Amino acid sequence: MPFGYASPEQIMRDKADYARKGIARGRSVVVLQYEDGILFVAPNPSRALHKISEIYDRIGFAAVGRYNEFEALRLGGIRYADINGYTYDRTDVTARGLANLYAQNLGQIFTESIKSMEVEVVVAEVGDTPEADAIYRLTFDGSVFDEHGTAAMGGQAEAVATRLKERYRDGMGLAEALETALTALTEPGGERPPAGQLEVAVLDRNRPHRKFLRLAGPRLERLLAEGAAASAAPAAETAEAAPGTGDSPATAPEGDIDTGSGA
Amino acid sequence: MASHRDLPAGMVNHLFTNTGNSSFTEFVGSYAPELLPGRNDTLATPVGDRIPHATTIVAATCAGGVVMAGDRRATSGNIISQRDIEKVFRTDDYSCMGIAGAASTGIEMARLYRVELEHYEKMEGRTLSVAGKANRLATMIRGNLAMAMQGLVVVPLFAAYDPEVDGGRIFGYDVGGGPYEQYQHHAIGSGSIFARGALKKLYREGASPEDTVLTLIQALYDAADDDSATGGPDVTRRIWPVVAVITADGFRRLSDEEVAQYVRTTVDGRMNNPDGPVAPLR
Repeated sequence: MPFGYASPEQIMRDKADYARKGIARGRSVVVLQYEDGILFVAPNPSRALHKISEIYDRIGFAAVGRYNEFEALRLGGIRYADINGYTYDRTDVTARGLANLYAQNLGQIFTESIKSMEVEVVVAEVGDTPEADAIYRLTFDGSVFDEHGTAAMGGQAEAVATRLKERYRDGMGLAEALETALTALTEPGGERPPAGQLEVAVLDRNRPHRKFLRLAGPRLERLLAEGAAASAAPAAETAEAAPGTGDSPATAPEGDIDTGSGA
Repeated sequence: MASHRDLPAGMVNHLFTNTGNSSFTEFVGSYAPELLPGRNDTLATPVGDRIPHATTIVAATCAGGVVMAGDRRATSGNIISQRDIEKVFRTDDYSCMGIAGAASTGIEMARLYRVELEHYEKMEGRTLSVAGKANRLATMIRGNLAMAMQGLVVVPLFAAYDPEVDGGRIFGYDVGGGPYEQYQHHAIGSGSIFARGALKKLYREGASPEDTVLTLIQALYDAADDDSATGGPDVTRRIWPVVAVITADGFRRLSDEEVAQYVRTTVDGRMNNPDGPVAPLR
């Protein structure tokens, strides 16, 4: 603990500022519902260090911030899910339980450690119907937000969330949802990351056993082309109405934290 | 209150303690050892025939994969304790296991093994090699050795699609562990000697998955024909063997309707020829 006197308000504010700064250095991640389940999209140049991951049959995980910290949360989450599914039944593992576990840990660390965790995570669970889907967003201080339809986090989360909410509607197809996510992740007039630098995964309620599936390679490129073609016609009309505000970068500024390479 | 203080980075739960490797079984062993199927306390008397035993499992490789089938009977001594037990389990997208021996321990083991494979895959972001999966199962069987000596014998049969060779592989075990890789085909359980005889005569190298399914159904029929603990197809109750096909497309359990077709072919053939298809002499 720091020497000398500092008011609790000051300590908490400092910790929160520190965490926010760390998180804002990374790029954004978006999570949104589509007709068959839940879609995760993250610009991520690394093929080895995932920001999106499978936790259990119906549960997916996405995170931004410091890699080693959210990786510890991810591994703990997998242990939690597997031990509960093994103790009881596979259907007894829920995103709500996992979100509570994370909230407890994040909250405890935020209040008791000198340094809070510089992470923000989404825990999403796909149900049998779109109404049964659940998306929980957790911040560094252990707050839980029950999101409906969409969630955005990371650098420039507010701008991304606003763009996402503008274009989002219920029951979109996968290609359209992916297009919406990329539009939200890209500054107006900015350049989109190529398919090779995107990490995309879905929780597809129509899959048997494990619902989580990574989309990559030709399949992802096909979806991207499909989405771009579908939006080309309406986009051409609005292009002139909304001139690009090219004064800010396409995505959040690059940060060494984002790559997780430890450099 | 401060029990979490010895945990890394203020984590409040041992779930966040790194156990050093990606094995679920080892994690359970340190976190909640009572959940593991192997119990260290010995039984007062051997249970032997008093608990349900699972019987015959057969497996054979086919073109681009492997097929496994199991009958549906469980016996306790001379009693049929269950007519529709399932003994072939999906363990991950490209592998399955069948169990013979003490049904309760076997089912528990299959459940643990499935979590074990998935756990590794999720933690490491890659699937285990087929040899790695087979070795892992051997460790679990070996852990059950003390119980096996008391009558709770479990012997699995493991089959997987191996992308390295673009084909199926089969591994057998004994109560002490293993694995023993088996080529072409293998059978375990009380009816296995009869099933192996049938498999030897009916197995065709590189046959299609469909033909291989029929070969296995025929082998199970022969096992049920001569072994009282193996159940034949139950035509009146419509209970058919469990059949799993694993190819590059992944694990697929055949639906009851599909298996019914193969069973019908087998049973119709046996109406004229009760001993089944005849293998060429030369």
